[in-house]
Amino acid sequence: MPLLELRNLKKYYSGHKAVDDISFEVSGENIYGLLGPNGAGKTTLLRMITGIILPDEGDILFQGKPFDPMNQIMKIGYMPEERGLYKKMKIGEQALYLSMLRGMTKKEAVKQIKYWFEKFEMQSWWNKKVDDLSKGMGQKLQFVITVLHQPRLLILDEPFSGLDPVNSNLIKQEIFNLSKQGTTIIFSTHRMEQVEEICNKIILVNRGKKILDGDLTKIKEDFKENIFKIGFSSTPDYFEPQSFDIIEKKDLESFIRINKGYHPSDVLREYLDHGASIHLFNEILPSLNEIFIKQVNEIQSIPAFSEPN
Amino acid sequence: MKSKIWLIIKREYFTRVRNRTFILSTILLPLFILLFVFGTAYLTSKSQGEKQKIAVNDQSGLFKSSFRDKANIEYDFTTEVNENNFAQKGYTAFLFIPENYSSSGDSIKLVSAKQINIATQDDVKDGIDEAIRNKVFLENHIDKKLLDSINKVKPEQLYRFSAVVNKGNKTEHSNPLLSYGIGFGSGFLIYFVLIIYGASVMRGVMEEKTNRIAEVIISSVRPFQLMAGKIIGIAAVGLTQLFMWFILVIILLAAGTFFLSHGLAANTDSLQAALASQQGSSLPSEFLSAKSTFLSANWLLIIPCFIFYFLAGYLFYASLFAAAGSIVNEDPQDAQALTIPITMPIILSFVLMTAVISNPDSTLAVWGSIIPFSSPIVMMARIPSGNVLPWELILSIVLLVGGFTFTTYIAAKIYRTGILLYGKKVTLKEIGKWLFRKS
Repeated sequence: MPLLELRNLKKYYSGHKAVDDISFEVSGENIYGLLGPNGAGKTTLLRMITGIILPDEGDILFQGKPFDPMNQIMKIGYMPEERGLYKKMKIGEQALYLSMLRGMTKKEAVKQIKYWFEKFEMQSWWNKKVDDLSKGMGQKLQFVITVLHQPRLLILDEPFSGLDPVNSNLIKQEIFNLSKQGTTIIFSTHRMEQVEEICNKIILVNRGKKILDGDLTKIKEDFKENIFKIGFSSTPDYFEPQSFDIIEKKDLESFIRINKGYHPSDVLREYLDHGASIHLFNEILPSLNEIFIKQVNEIQSIPAFSEPN
Repeated sequence: MKSKIWLIIKREYFTRVRNRTFILSTILLPLFILLFVFGTAYLTSKSQGEKQKIAVNDQSGLFKSSFRDKANIEYDFTTEVNENNFAQKGYTAFLFIPENYSSSGDSIKLVSAKQINIATQDDVKDGIDEAIRNKVFLENHIDKKLLDSINKVKPEQLYRFSAVVNKGNKTEHSNPLLSYGIGFGSGFLIYFVLIIYGASVMRGVMEEKTNRIAEVIISSVRPFQLMAGKIIGIAAVGLTQLFMWFILVIILLAAGTFFLSHGLAANTDSLQAALASQQGSSLPSEFLSAKSTFLSANWLLIIPCFIFYFLAGYLFYASLFAAAGSIVNEDPQDAQALTIPITMPIILSFVLMTAVISNPDSTLAVWGSIIPFSSPIVMMARIPSGNVLPWELILSIVLLVGGFTFTTYIAAKIYRTGILLYGKKVTLKEIGKWLFRKS
């Protein structure tokens, strides 16, 4: 049984289709990358999953039952993209307040806050105000607040925007830890390279529609174009290749595409036959960015990717 | 669910009550008002304390007996002073009475170097009036002796006066001044609360929206709970502040009673004189009798009504402020533009109250106290007079309860959508759509 299942979800805003018939499911110790350019409908989708807004049509099932946000929100941790905290409230009180709003008891909440504050070396922050924190510190706090009720499903909307490399890494490690402990994670972003680094599954959306979803490695396999990189110790004599085309040629490096019906061994044989000495032979898988652009272009031209703010 | 709204109420309440500005404003505001009242009284007494010396050149010879020296006004009849040299000779002013004064011919002239104060000018005119009246009496053959004894009569010492309101089976003392005071005071307090706490609700909502914390919270509680929790929490802050003011007033009143009834008053003669001259009688007795009439007001009706109109009026406007806060988009000018339509009726109600308070039975007053927009302020100005008919009060209460239910309902609809909407200017048309959308 999937942890979360979306069936034909639709949400329209005054004639504009923010989410237009999206279905997918998430489960297990997986980290899902929800990908799409700004305005693709990611935030609307996440807001429906977190019960902030209701879908116009379609069903959300959580652990096999229709999603009841008010009672199941305890099992979900959501860190919105535009994150916020009360600036004038003391940090300890704030964490306690937000946990109790989710439904934790005071005792439980205090225990968890202490655990996480210790883990992230934030103990001395308890009586400080958010105003006194740097942006990165604020983000760490936000992450702690999102996870301290031990959610089954963790939804992170652009969790790394504005974080320095050290804290970025800290949170990345924590995401892996939580995933290993059985938390299902949905990670929304428009930064493809982060997805390749962190996620093992992806869901691509654009203009309110799902374009693609599945295993990251499998998708890459599916979209590979048989391109290889070859590094030479000594270059071959000139010859007309049979099994491949040369895409790009540099001094001691070539990028080639294998022709239909041939194998990498055919390429190597041809090179060796012509006196080349090879020290590197590597398949080049398409980057997510390339896959994404290709997929989107097949449907329509996409808006330019842009940084938030 | 209930415990969640309770958590919100508690947070809203404690973060505000523990705030330094709350504590300061609670203590300082009554002190400022007190300081203002006594300060102005003191300053007036001080300016009156300066002796006003007036040189009088009376060419008619009729006026000498009518100008009597007062505590701080001295009249000096002389012919050696004129309007050019009175200042050099140490006079504040110079009064010239020509021999043949008349309403069309020569005028009686008071010349001073600086603007003369009202009390002095009044005293001079009183003296002139008296002299002329005496002259007319004498011309009509009224005996001088008789005239003098008539002039000595003080009518207020010859009778007692009591104003009562006859309500069929019982009579009550009428005290229009007290009604005016209580009415104005409570009307003003409600006005103050609506503006200050309404703005506080709006700021709170804007903070949650611009901080994006609303999004985190809305995933745990319903938007309506968040809005209601905030409004109720802030109402509790308002009640707390009111209660503390009430205690402070009691303490000050007790201190005042002690102060004035223990002869310490002697030290503050000039202050009393000033207060007395403003109010037309001597202060301690006025104060003490005011205290007893103060207690005679119909507090059993006034206090519950005040609390009702205070809370209901607040609820009526606070939800509108919350809705306005939810559609603001970071731009402070937006906030200003959205506040105006809400504060306008509050300010108008206040203006209406000041207009109707001295005439609490006019049609304007009656309808102003029934229509929910203005009833919280206007009704409180009318109630102390005791002239509000039961049907007026009931209709006003029913309409106000209906009114705040309605404003809360539409505000919740706007708030629900507005609080999660970023980076977009909302048009009136869109708000209209939100209102008629099914939930």
